[in-house]
Formats: sequence, structure tokens, C-alpha cells
Amino acid sequence: MIPFTRLDAKAAPLDVANIDTDQIIPKQFLKTVDREGLARGLFYDLRFEADGRPKGGFVLDDPAFAGAGVLIAGDNFGCGSSREHAPWALLDFGLRCVISSSFADIFYNNCFQNGLLPIALPREQVRMLMAEAKGGNHVFSVDLETQTVTSPSGQVFAFDIDPGGKEKLLKGLDAIGETLQAAADIDAYEARRALDQPWLELA
Amino acid sequence: MSGKTLYDKIWDAHVVSTDANGEAILYIDLHLIHEVTTPQAFAGLRAAHRPVRRPDRTLAVADHNIPTEGQALGVGAVADVEARAQLQALERNVADYRIEFFPMGDPRNGIVHVVGPEQGRTQPGMTIVCGDSHTSTHGAFGALAQGIGTSEVEHVLATQTLRQQKSKNMRVTFTGAPAPGVGAKDFALAMIGRIGTSGGTGHVIEFAGEAITALSMEGRMTLCNLTIEGGARAGLVAPDQTTFDYLMGRPSAPKGAAWEMAVRHWRRFVTDADAVFDVEVAIDVSTIAPTVTWGTSPQDVVAVDGRVPDPAQFDTDTAGAIRRALDYMGLEAGQRIDEARIDRVFIGSCTNSRIEDLRAAAAIAAGRQVAPHVRAMVVPGSGLVKDQAESEGLDVIFREAGFDWREPGCSMCLGMNPDRLAPGERCASTSNRNFEGRQGRGGRTHLMSPAMAAAAAVAGHIVDVRTLL
Repeated sequence: MIPFTRLDAKAAPLDVANIDTDQIIPKQFLKTVDREGLARGLFYDLRFEADGRPKGGFVLDDPAFAGAGVLIAGDNFGCGSSREHAPWALLDFGLRCVISSSFADIFYNNCFQNGLLPIALPREQVRMLMAEAKGGNHVFSVDLETQTVTSPSGQVFAFDIDPGGKEKLLKGLDAIGETLQAAADIDAYEARRALDQPWLELA
Repeated sequence: MSGKTLYDKIWDAHVVSTDANGEAILYIDLHLIHEVTTPQAFAGLRAAHRPVRRPDRTLAVADHNIPTEGQALGVGAVADVEARAQLQALERNVADYRIEFFPMGDPRNGIVHVVGPEQGRTQPGMTIVCGDSHTSTHGAFGALAQGIGTSEVEHVLATQTLRQQKSKNMRVTFTGAPAPGVGAKDFALAMIGRIGTSGGTGHVIEFAGEAITALSMEGRMTLCNLTIEGGARAGLVAPDQTTFDYLMGRPSAPKGAAWEMAVRHWRRFVTDADAVFDVEVAIDVSTIAPTVTWGTSPQDVVAVDGRVPDPAQFDTDTAGAIRRALDYMGLEAGQRIDEARIDRVFIGSCTNSRIEDLRAAAAIAAGRQVAPHVRAMVVPGSGLVKDQAESEGLDVIFREAGFDWREPGCSMCLGMNPDRLAPGERCASTSNRNFEGRQGRGGRTHLMSPAMAAAAAVAGHIVDVRTLL
């Protein structure tokens, strides 16, 4: 996993609440056995006609926001399906950070597995950032170490993040490798459980 | 010190260790897998030369993108090249890692959240995960069941554990007795309308109260299934005699002396009388009418005799969201919801495709005809549900009424297979999500109960099922 430390990038405002993972990446892009190449499906129905022609008008297709690294979205971003294709698609498009007033639990969790930083801020602060993002000619700075977002006008917004998740992002940790270091604990748990609930071992 | 909740007890019983940041390694008792969210996980295992730790605690089905006809022809005959490749990848992975698998066409195959309970794999007090958000369904048995992403699927395959922070405790108490024609689907939609689609975020919701005790296992599964639409990853109902009666004799349920021992163990999984919840909500089910969604989020609910909202009566932000939803749905501000004419009916999905759901729909369909302009389909949740329904003659009732009787799978709930809506089509659906494009690009979904969907099929528009009882 690519570590996340600091990002200086344009931010694209998407002022819509309850963006669900079906909108982030529709079903037809889930029939892949790969993690790569999903940028083509990102926000597909919002960006493309059914026949594949660009619709135009979607913020990420606006040349002013070309190369944006941050997405600023409305409340409850990433609700719905557990599809990890959603963070994969955002990352594949070049986005490394999503700012919203709230995130759905499974999406939020999936971000940390992939080096995508989800930042939750109070709604008024998200509004202020969204206002500054309009127009696109700007740079936002996101610093995970200090847990701050600095807007183009120089306003600094501090954000909370779970310390374990922060460490995982900063170091780009392999969670499975970490857990396997506790293999002896897992062995002990299983041995205990086999005595307490023997019927689970009979299947 | 106050007592423990059901969630606290299951959590405590599964913590292997906790690190300095409060993140636990949580042992997983049952891992359900399917074709869509696992290929990248198995690829990761192979690349790292890691084995599957407990193939015996893992069960695979093919459900998300299988066609609902011609299943006997086998995966090789699946027309969609990408779906076929994904199904074949699953076959290869379960063979390589020796995981039990119910392939397409096997009567035991079906929607993963129908199969687990039906086989008795789902049991009280367990931790259960699956790469699918509707894993919350299994909470009906008093199991901590949650949807996970593909990276976590790989983590569970490799370690049989999940790394997680504990959630908060929330309880929704359903009191009173429902009116005829009102059931678990209406309870769930009414609750989501009340708390909102992010109302349960960060929480595990326990459902309690006399109206829950009175629900069948099918009803409890419908309710827990929809917990995720209220933002909570997991819902729970404490196990009771209804739970044990459902499980007894199922293929993977314990037998004989082991059964007695298991029931004693399961009975411990109830919330203590003095336990304190972070959030409490109470809902009187006697006030709930048959409920449908009007918009593009499961929180956009309305009683069937009500009207869709008028944006003019809301603040700017809310009005904008309502206008956007009404525009997508092709509805007029303030119109009666029962005037919405429908084109399609979908009875199925992990929310409502069990035998009780099909019986409820068939009771309405019996002796009536699907309206001439409506295409209606019934997709049983598993091969065993299909067999049971056919042994009761439900397939005949549906066919005679003009419904299409299909083979099991996720089908038009998410439209990954050929079953989907055309742009602009309006569907009365027993599924779980009315998101834009969910059932097909431009499709318009109204969520409702199986009886309400069957009623809509015969009326040709959304209708109060109570007029047909």
C-alpha cells in the first residue's frame, strides 16, 4: 500500500449528499478480477451517457480541476455497498483524499486499506472548503502527520483520525503481515474455543 | 458498573488481543464468500504465498452475477464473458484452497445471506463476515455479522480474524402490534425514515421489544438486512426459542448432545437488564402503515396513503436534494405516491426472497392477474427456497397470475446479471436499495414489502395492500 503523508493538490467540490458506492462505481465495473483500471468507471453514470459519450459538466471533467487530488463531498459519502472498487476507482483516477462531514462505515474502513485518506470535518467547515475549492485555481495542503487541512486562503482546519488508521496510512502497513505476528495468540484462541464450543469443529 | 449489551458480549467473546490504539484482533467464526468481491483477495494470497487459515470456516456461493435462467447449463454457458470469468475464478479459487462451495445450479446455492441461515451455518453468538454489506442479515440470529471490503476478505482468509475498533451500542425498541398488511419490511423502512441513512453510522443496532419477539426468523432477517441502509454495519436480535426452532435439524446445526450444549451457550447472548446504550430509539409499530420509498435513498420513505414531499416546504439544502430525487424518479412534488404507475415488479433479493416472503406475495397474487402493462418477476433466494415454494404450489400461483418464475440469485436487486431495468422504467421492488441506477441505468426503484409489490403488480400502480387483503 502507498503511504500517505502529505498532499498538495487541487480539490474538486462535489456538493451532493449521500453519494453511494453505486454512484462512485456502477455495477458493470465490478465484474473484474483486478484492482487496477477502475478510473474509467468512476462516477460513470454522472459523467457519461449510456453509449459512452462524455456528458460534460461533472466537476472531475472540468479542465479547471484536472489533476485534482482531493474530493470535497456532501454528507454521508460512500454509503451503500461494501465494494472496495469504490476507493480503488477514486485512487486510480488520481484522488488521494476525500473530505466530507461524514462517511459510511464500510467505505471509511476500506479507504485505510488502500492509502486513501478520508477526512471528516464539521459541516460548516466542509462548506467553507467547498467554497474555496470553486474555480479550481488553488492548492490545498493535507498533512496527515499534523492532522490538518490548509485551504488556499491559509485557513487551517484540524481533523480527528483513529490513531491506528493514521499509522497504517503513514507507514503504508500490510495489515495481514501485522496480524500474522500475533499468530500464536490466534492459535491459543482457537484451542480455547475448540474446548468451549466443540460443535463448531465438527462441521 | 452497568451490564453488557448483546454486542458487548459477542465482541468480548471474540477478542484475540487489543493493541495500544484500541484496535482489536477479532476472531471470525464464519466467512461467507462470493464471486464478485473475492478474486482480488485470492490474488493477494497467491502473490504473498499465504494459505487460507480455516477453509472449514469458509463457505462459497455464486450469486451476484449469475443468470436466473438456464443455470443447469453450467457456468460455461453464461453469456456474459466477464461474469463467466469471475465465476470461473471462484471455482478455481475454492478448488485450490479446499473451500466448501455450492456452485450455480446446486439446489443449496443461492443468495449468500439466504444460504448461510438455511444451512444452519449461521448460529447465535458468532462473528460472521462477508464481502457484502447486507451481511447484517445474519444478525437476526444474534450473530455479529458485518460486511467487509476485499482487503479485509483477504485478511480473514489469511488470519481468520479482522482488525477493528469497537462500535457504539444503539437500541431500537419496537413496541405494539402491527396492523394487518404491515410487517418487518415496513418496520425497517419506517425506522430508516426516522433515523436517516446515516443514523446508525458507527453503531451496532440491537432490535428489541415485543414486536421483534413476535417476528419470525424471516422477518428478523429482513429487518437486520436493512440495518446497513440505516448506516449501521450490523444489526442484532437476541436469540430465543424462535431462533432455536429455526436452526434445529438444519444441515450444519449441532446435533444430539452437542445441540443441547450449543443452546446453553447461545442463551447467554442477551443484553443484561442494566446495560446502557449510547443511543435509544423507540418505535410503536401500531402507527406504521405499509411503507414505500419515493426517492433515491432508503430514507426517502412515505406511507402508501401519503404524498411525496414538496421541496417548497423545506430549507434550501434539503429542497435541492428532494428536487434532484423527484426529477430522477419522474414524480411531481406533493403527488400521491399511490398514483405512481409502475412498469416492473421484482420480488426477490437477500431482503425478501425467503419462503415466507414468497408466501406473502402469492397470497396477494392468488386468483388475480398482473396488470397488462407490467412485467413482474419472482426470484427465489436459493434453490431450496425454490423447491419449497414449488412443493407448496406457489410457482403455479405466480405463473397463473402472470409472474415470471425464475431461478435463484441476486438478480435485479443490483442488476449485475441480465435482469435489470431499462432507463425510465419504474419498479416496485422488494430489494434494499433505491439508489440512482442501482437496478439499471435510469431505472426508478420503489422499495416495499413482498405483499405490497405483488399488489402493485396486479394494480399496475403503487397501491395499499390493505385494500386487497
